[in-house]
Amino acid sequence: MNSVFYLSAAVAIVSTLLMITRLNAVHALLYLILSLLSVAVIFYISGAPFAAGLELIIYAGAIMVLFIFVVMLLNLGDRATAQERSWLKPSMWVGPAALASILAVEVAYFLLHEPAQSLAPGEIAPKAVGIALFGPYVIGVELASMLLTAALVGAYHLGSRHVEKSELRNVHRLANSEAHDVDFAKPGIASRDDLVRVGNDRPAGAP
Amino acid sequence: MILFALGTIGLLVRRDLIFILMSIEVMLNAAGLAFVAAGAHWGQPDGQVMLIFILATAAAEVSIGLALVLRLHRQYKSLDVDAASEMRG
Repeated sequence: MNSVFYLSAAVAIVSTLLMITRLNAVHALLYLILSLLSVAVIFYISGAPFAAGLELIIYAGAIMVLFIFVVMLLNLGDRATAQERSWLKPSMWVGPAALASILAVEVAYFLLHEPAQSLAPGEIAPKAVGIALFGPYVIGVELASMLLTAALVGAYHLGSRHVEKSELRNVHRLANSEAHDVDFAKPGIASRDDLVRVGNDRPAGAP
Repeated sequence: MILFALGTIGLLVRRDLIFILMSIEVMLNAAGLAFVAAGAHWGQPDGQVMLIFILATAAAEVSIGLALVLRLHRQYKSLDVDAASEMRG
């Protein structure tokens, strides 16, 4: 039990170290996923299977997919195909694969050698977590839902094309009219004249 | 603890926004690990409840952060945080 804990903790630390030293974002993402997986294994062996499942599903599943999508969206243009070719080299995936195989061996060891005991003495069942979550912590659940709603609305607003276009126009105007000594503290509306011009010089093709 | 320190180091060392966000993820993850370990030590479910809240916070933070990264990349054509230092004052 202890050796498994130390092994997965070592995997977590090594993969995090490798993550912050990678130059390529996708390589770093692989190591970050590995770090999250090893933390999930630590959760599992420290008697929190529910937390381990959440870690896998939300962190290693959802959040990492978000990261990968953004790295894809920021595609680096013509270098992309050359990079794709270089990503498939064995020297790139052999490190994460080796560390992940350590974790896989640990999980296999647990599933095979530990008999199907119901609950270890220090283990906290998901039912207790649920009772605590919706009992004394219900206000926290409400706050988390509000936070997630705010994040949803904010991400939608930041990602929408309309806002981006208008901001880009403003940035270009500021860059062009820098000779007039505009105030940079307020990007967008530098003066009252700019407000009028924004209304007038909107191109015909703009929505 | 070591994970948190590594996340902090990554946050301080790297100048790439994606790496900074990943380091923040590592730090949040380390905090969740500390909560769960403490909860397992005292046999209370509160640690896992806190982990759920940390997960919600991390999800919100990552969605907003990555939207900002996309905007920054479209505007400045780079992910360097020093490129966005045009605010005077």
